[in-house]
Amino acid sequence: MIRDITIGQYYQTDSVIHKLDPRVKLAGTVIFLISLFIGKSVPLYLFAAMFLAAMIKISKVPFRFIVKGLKAVLFILIFSAVFNLFLTPGTPVVTLWRLTITWEGIVTALYMIFRLLMLIIGSSLLTLTTTPNNLTDGLEKSLGFLKIFRVPVHEVAMMMSIALRFIPILIEETDKIMKAQTARGADFDHGNIIQRAKAMVPLLVPLFISAFRRANDLAMAMEARCYRGGSGRTKMKPLKYKKRDIMAYAILFVYLAAMICISRI
Amino acid sequence: MSIIADKINYTYDKGSGQETYALKNVSFAIEDGEFIGLIGHTGSGKSTLIQHLNGLVKATTGTIYYNGQDIYDPEYDMRTLRNHVGLVFQYPEHQLFETDIFKDVCFGPLNQGLSKKDAEFRAFEALRQVGLEENLYYQSPFELSGGQKRRVAIAGVLAMKPDVLILDEPTAGLDPRGRDEILDYLAKLHADTGITVILVSHSMEDVAKYVGRIMVMNHGELLYDDEPKKVFTHYKELEAVGLAAPQVTYLMAELRKRGMNVPLDVTTVEEAREELLKVIR
Repeated sequence: MIRDITIGQYYQTDSVIHKLDPRVKLAGTVIFLISLFIGKSVPLYLFAAMFLAAMIKISKVPFRFIVKGLKAVLFILIFSAVFNLFLTPGTPVVTLWRLTITWEGIVTALYMIFRLLMLIIGSSLLTLTTTPNNLTDGLEKSLGFLKIFRVPVHEVAMMMSIALRFIPILIEETDKIMKAQTARGADFDHGNIIQRAKAMVPLLVPLFISAFRRANDLAMAMEARCYRGGSGRTKMKPLKYKKRDIMAYAILFVYLAAMICISRI
Repeated sequence: MSIIADKINYTYDKGSGQETYALKNVSFAIEDGEFIGLIGHTGSGKSTLIQHLNGLVKATTGTIYYNGQDIYDPEYDMRTLRNHVGLVFQYPEHQLFETDIFKDVCFGPLNQGLSKKDAEFRAFEALRQVGLEENLYYQSPFELSGGQKRRVAIAGVLAMKPDVLILDEPTAGLDPRGRDEILDYLAKLHADTGITVILVSHSMEDVAKYVGRIMVMNHGELLYDDEPKKVFTHYKELEAVGLAAPQVTYLMAELRKRGMNVPLDVTTVEEAREELLKVIR
């Protein structure tokens, strides 16, 4: 059950998108997200959807795998759709008791679902095709200019990659402790809210302790290898733009220009 | 009173096309009061197997009978099974959570629905059984040494008075002294109370010294299931699956090769000593 969470996961396969420089993918994701807010019309969204579909196709990530990750956000989707459906003023279509569904409500709800879906799929495509290490490398390099303002970019990027790295470990640990406590007669699925919250103590205390222990071990190991943070640190594989990265930038700008043109029509 | 596993299979990633077998057609019967060693290489399925025995993992196909009752019967209450089959996980000290040792050991019995008084009595008994000094009972579990923590965690399961005690690598990460203490204690517990003990281990010396029966797992299959002496005569096959016989068994084989008339089915140092004295005299 815990293992079903696929958001933020990396999907290992060999495609052009996987090979792209992470900075291009970051920029691409940002441009795609912005493009969704340029306007609100059917041809505009259709074009964005086609672009996204093409990217998924090129990335070789199975569509089914992406959809599986959407289950987790289904609730948010339904929630926002329902609110838009009932709370948008306009010409009424159906009236259920005190709630009125308006024509405008239906349209807004549809747009809303579509936009959210595209946002989520678009950004999950980034994590699906980029390893956490690459992603933080890309972030560090793209945000490097912030160093002028004394923002510790390297340290923040390092923390991010460690946090990402720990997610699967902690999920596994939770599973293990849950089983161990179940074997001692703990019950996690029955009782009222207060009883359930109390039942979490035997799970959370060992989990926190183990997270601290692991963090401590990691800090020791890093120190033992003389890790001292960003200044003067070199990379084994420094990020370098290749021909395909420049082409990808070109495609992105053509896409953005096309979106702006469509929205003006 | 017995556990019978009937052709259990367990697969990961069902229906995704790339199914992985963690357990393949495993069948066995365990009688009351046995002391069993379960050995196998990392990833051989031994941890998955023991989690089946108290219902934490459900077999994909096949059934397990406890005392003649099918544990996958919808009417069967898993909680009673867990009261009878106690499972001590690997590194059990990682599950300690209470503010003092005594309360932590009480957790299991209280979950069984015992009164506070009875639970405390059980906890007291279990802690004395594992040989923990009384002045430590009201300390935080996090102030103890590794070996002491492990004993507290084992006491936490023992206090539930299981009929079958399963331990997953109870000596992993302990120094030789801590290891001997825990194994000697388990042997004593088995002799005194007649409880069934299943010991998962990768140390052939430990297993050969204490258990009466060995089950060898390899790639999810049960490779051997016999007395230690008989299993260790297959030491060449055991090596092929990444395991080994006790070192004395190798020594005896080498001595025999060099012309000494010693038996090959020796598994402990004491036995080896006697056999060697016999030959030399």
